[in-house]
Amino acid sequence: MTDAYLDGNALAGPLAPILAVDPTTAWRHCPDCGVRGPLAGLRVYGPEPGLTARCPGCEAIALRITTEGPFTWLSLGGPDGAFRFRTG
Amino acid sequence: MAAPAARGSTPYQRWARATLLARTPETGTARTLVLRAPGWPGHLPGQHIDIRLTAEDGYRAARSYSLAAPGRGEHLEVGVQPVDDGEVSPYLAEDLPVGADVEVRGPLGGWFVWRPERATAPLLLLAGGSGVVPLMAMLRGHRTSGARVPARLVYSVRDPAQLWYGSELAAFAPPVSVRLLHTRAAPPGDPRPPGRIASTDLPDADGPFAPGVPDVFVCGPTGFVEYAADLLLLAGHPAERIRTERFG
Repeated sequence: MTDAYLDGNALAGPLAPILAVDPTTAWRHCPDCGVRGPLAGLRVYGPEPGLTARCPGCEAIALRITTEGPFTWLSLGGPDGAFRFRTG
Repeated sequence: MAAPAARGSTPYQRWARATLLARTPETGTARTLVLRAPGWPGHLPGQHIDIRLTAEDGYRAARSYSLAAPGRGEHLEVGVQPVDDGEVSPYLAEDLPVGADVEVRGPLGGWFVWRPERATAPLLLLAGGSGVVPLMAMLRGHRTSGARVPARLVYSVRDPAQLWYGSELAAFAPPVSVRLLHTRAAPPGDPRPPGRIASTDLPDADGPFAPGVPDVFVCGPTGFVEYAADLLLLAGHPAERIRTERFG
């Protein structure tokens, strides 16, 4: 399963408790390679210990989301700056 | 078909209980599960749900499953293809007792969605294996909505035993058409030799499909989706009219 991945469609559920709108139609412009496309088109690796969504053009990390008990950790972009939401 | 409630107001944006009403075989291993979800807000063809199981020790695992049919009140139909060594799918496919509860979240996804009542373009669906499930919801939505746009399903399976929805697919009539592709073993009399999807399997190559640029949905294993999407682009389908959904 090393090269198996889902895509950004699978992020709709994990992001649902955090976002007020469906995230899969959100567009992203990759700051690294310039690819533009919907969140649904991201390559998503997981599901454990969490989901890592990467750019389909250059594999840069677009976001990571992990559920830990009543908390959901969300980080956008690179390794810095995770947001923690209470979702449970 | 009920329209989905606005996000944020659906009772299923967080986890809620649903009860297994029935389980029916689609292939030797694949199953359709019918769930009853009280207060379900409705959904659109192509959307999915997440199903979460909690073990006795509190361990939880959640996975996404495509909805196989348009909404029917509180009834949800999902397709489950058990994954080797999977934590969730083998249990759902074989062991979850009818009458038992699971937790569900949804309806989910606004990208890989087809809205029959708004459809003006032809609909082209490319399925690999169990990727047929959300595309079947679109064909069923086409039927129940009385949509008039031409629709074509090109459905790639390993061999005839891996075919989901066989008799129902055979019963579709124009403007809906179905083309089956076999990658390893074809049924007797099939003029197409077994093999992966090729440009000659796309509608424009086997006769006129429909005037106009179709909306295209592709679903299946990652390798199938990438390959099929490349074929579509080479055949001149505009990228912005192709929507894909992959599973590992």
